[in-house]
Amino acid sequence: MDPAVAYSSNEYTFISQIYEPPFQYHYLKRPYQVVPLTATRMPDVIYLNQRGEKLEEGANDSDIAFTDYMIEIQSGIPYQPHPALAQNAQGDYEYHRLSTAQIDSATSLYDFKSTGSRELTAEDYVYQIKRLAHPKIQSPIAEIMKNYIVGFDDFSKQAKDKPKAAIRGLPIEGATALSRYQYRIRIKGKYPQFIYWLAMPFFSPMPWEADVFYGQPGLADKNITLDWFPLGTGPYLLAENNPNRRMILLKNPLFHLETYPSEGEPEDKQKGLLVDAGKPLPFIDKVVFILEKETIPYWTKFLQGYYDASGIASDSFDQAIQFTGSGGVALTPTMLEKGIQLQTSVAVSSFYMGFNMLDATVGGATEQARKLRQAIAIAVDYEEYISIFTNGRGVAAQGVLPPGIYGFDDCMDAGGRATHGAVADDKTGINPYVYDNRDGRAQRKKIDAAQQLMTEAGYAGGIDPKTKEALILYFDTTATSVDDRPRMNWYRKQFEKLGIKLVIRSTDYNRFQEKMRTGNAQIFVWGWNADYPDPENFFFLLYGPNSKVQYGGENAANYHNPEFDRLFEQMRNMDNSEQRYRIIQQMQEVVRRDAPWVFGYHPKNFSLFHGWYKNLKPNLMANNQLKYTRIDTAARAEKRQQWNEPVFWPLALGGVVFVLMLLPAINAYRRRVRETVQ
Amino acid sequence: MTQYIIRRLLYSLPLLMGVNILTFVLFFVVNSPDDMARMQLGQKHVTVQAVANWKQQHGYDVPLLWNDSAQGGKKITDTIFYQKSVGLFLFRFGVSDSGRNIGADIKERAWPSLAVALPTLMVGLLVNICFALMMVLFRNSYLEHAGIVLCVILMSISSLFYIIGGQFFIGKVLRLVPISGYDDGMAAIKFLILPVMIGVFSGIGSGARWYRTLFLEEVEKDYVRTARAKGLSETQTLFQHVLPNAMIPILTGVVVVLPLLFMGSLIMESFFSIPGLGSYTIDAINSQDFAIVRAMVFLGSVLYVIGLLLTDISYTLVDPRVRLS
Repeated sequence: MDPAVAYSSNEYTFISQIYEPPFQYHYLKRPYQVVPLTATRMPDVIYLNQRGEKLEEGANDSDIAFTDYMIEIQSGIPYQPHPALAQNAQGDYEYHRLSTAQIDSATSLYDFKSTGSRELTAEDYVYQIKRLAHPKIQSPIAEIMKNYIVGFDDFSKQAKDKPKAAIRGLPIEGATALSRYQYRIRIKGKYPQFIYWLAMPFFSPMPWEADVFYGQPGLADKNITLDWFPLGTGPYLLAENNPNRRMILLKNPLFHLETYPSEGEPEDKQKGLLVDAGKPLPFIDKVVFILEKETIPYWTKFLQGYYDASGIASDSFDQAIQFTGSGGVALTPTMLEKGIQLQTSVAVSSFYMGFNMLDATVGGATEQARKLRQAIAIAVDYEEYISIFTNGRGVAAQGVLPPGIYGFDDCMDAGGRATHGAVADDKTGINPYVYDNRDGRAQRKKIDAAQQLMTEAGYAGGIDPKTKEALILYFDTTATSVDDRPRMNWYRKQFEKLGIKLVIRSTDYNRFQEKMRTGNAQIFVWGWNADYPDPENFFFLLYGPNSKVQYGGENAANYHNPEFDRLFEQMRNMDNSEQRYRIIQQMQEVVRRDAPWVFGYHPKNFSLFHGWYKNLKPNLMANNQLKYTRIDTAARAEKRQQWNEPVFWPLALGGVVFVLMLLPAINAYRRRVRETVQ
Repeated sequence: MTQYIIRRLLYSLPLLMGVNILTFVLFFVVNSPDDMARMQLGQKHVTVQAVANWKQQHGYDVPLLWNDSAQGGKKITDTIFYQKSVGLFLFRFGVSDSGRNIGADIKERAWPSLAVALPTLMVGLLVNICFALMMVLFRNSYLEHAGIVLCVILMSISSLFYIIGGQFFIGKVLRLVPISGYDDGMAAIKFLILPVMIGVFSGIGSGARWYRTLFLEEVEKDYVRTARAKGLSETQTLFQHVLPNAMIPILTGVVVVLPLLFMGSLIMESFFSIPGLGSYTIDAINSQDFAIVRAMVFLGSVLYVIGLLLTDISYTLVDPRVRLS
């Protein structure tokens, strides 16, 4: 729950409602747009040369040595009530010098009865950036930010042996509070994607009082830590934190004025998404998250109306969803009868099958290896995979980018059909090395084409010329359970189409990671979930200097193509433009041709919501949607009552049957005690 | 008896040390401190520096069992084993690798586990004994045969079936109690009815058959014949004479598990969303949290030793002939 540390989606579900970075994603507008949250406006971005002099707009990227982000925040934003901010009549903090007796008697944060608040200041944002750099905090983005924020690394070294709270007085070159409401972040060079980081909880404000309060010895032993009891300015505060049972968010009584957006996409008004425009947020007073480990009780309780929302597990998929004649999806009549709504959205994620480009057989830039990879890319039928293993919840990938990311060619819809009257040709949308373009539809090439590529690669009929036997390839995976067996068999069958014998090397997570780090894996499956909606966040997975074996980076395939790297370096710092779009398409083409990945699929999320759940619009980048959600509580109470009337008569019937069953026993016993000894 | 208890407690010390060493070795054969760091730091942007930093912050940057670079006694004390194990013997479980105080977590999660396990054990014991006595009462009759067949059928069905079937029928179709969940205090009762009922029902088959065997062995003994000869009814004989004499083997099975009730049941707690200790260890193994694994294994061993000791003591209570020395 510490915004400097949290990086997983389940943590973001909570902290995004509690903490407020200066910027956020617009709830309704698409493509995703960053807008001010606590900031008064978007930041002023100033480019500087090596001497620190301001550059004119349109300056060459090569001249830009630093970029300043000047951010002004709103005045009058208070923190949630919290004991760390409680002050007595003299203005001293009540709980910053706790006695041993006070600590011994405390079992929870709520044992500190007094709470206080204060106004959010620019210094709090700067303090949080210092926290990101502090080695004791262990922020997962510290290593990345070292490359960007000026003085970040030096600050880390200086703060190394200091307690968390001691960094307040230690300056960091790249983050400075210019006034009570204005601060500046200075980064190295030009990095337009930095604005997306500023919309993530990592850059939320943190009052120094929090570290002073929680840093008192003895509190951590009682699990009274910032990690457990957050302190933010957001619409909700965490009232109960028991991840093993339930978490409760309550409306922050001091939440500043923020209103529901009054603009969105053209169809939003028609869908009723602008009904609450201009109304103060949040709409819900109390949100309860309950841990259900098993899908069966979870699903049943959703149908009973005790949960407002649910995903769809495989075993209840057929009960909830049916496929229409045109290949679309719809709710079953039972679901419609209950007034349940279905929301689908393609995740900003990619799953792929990677080849280790350092491997002697499948790797390398030779024509032979490339054709082998291209053949495999055709043979591994991900449309079939999606149909069998994900209940159709996915979109076969045509390239590196998932839908919703700039540069993804949206001439195709989720089903691979051309949309908006666009003409999908071999240069847009469809991967021409794996698919044929049939009237704008992507159709996987026939297996003959793959076999032909195998022959050209020197593996005619899948025979390895060195051994004169079937080519053996190795698939490294962490799939070790019985449940994974069908999936592994499916992979084997895909390779068998080419006469290749696929050996599955299942291993535990640690060994698999080790193989990947040392380059001992040959073929593997991997995935990536976007940090922010920019193509740079996906293409960097194939950038040579990010290779896993050589540099410990995220390029798990260890792909290195100078042409691709050059295009990436050119593209990564550009603002979105026609030129950037063209470069992205060139990069897609290079990767499709080289095939270091078999582009797998982008998962499609299916979520169900009851009819009383309002203002429903998928937003895959924002995590703070809760404040926009409205619940029709009267309708919910009525339906719950209606759906959950207890049925008592079988219980009475059971009782009668039990008594009847006892009668012969009673009779037999009586007979026995009256028997005379023979 | 005091001497006996002290002696037994002293015997347990090398035993616990052995368990501790074994857990340590087994854990670190599979997971290195680097693996643990990578697991805790997540999948993204994990650099060598971040791993080194994590190890230093969590005390995993020293050798496992022997520190060659240290001087004197520090060769032993400046090791992961020493630093992570000594506190256990004082019941200081320390902090988990994810930053939580383990002792506080165990305290919080043990009560819900106990809230399900204790009534299940007690009600189950009562039902099983009654059922077994009924079978013995009607021995050699069609009622006994029907009882045995019923027990075999109940034993043959997976406990998962009882859970899912019970949730479906009682929770979903009849809507008499909540399907799953938990609450504090008396409000927990409505959530506990179903898991306790199912726990008892799924245990009847094996429990009743086991107790029936014990009772049958007793009813053939001379003192039972004497009791009948002096004119006691069959029920008086069974409840006043057979039952107390069959208590020793029953106690052996029951008292030994009493302390372990705190540890919870993985499946039951999982299906009924009981926030207990059932999944604590398995979750820790999955997330490679050594601090929790060693604490839970140690606690399990201690509770088992206590259970065995309590069993011995309980013998003296139910059978005056037994003397502990």
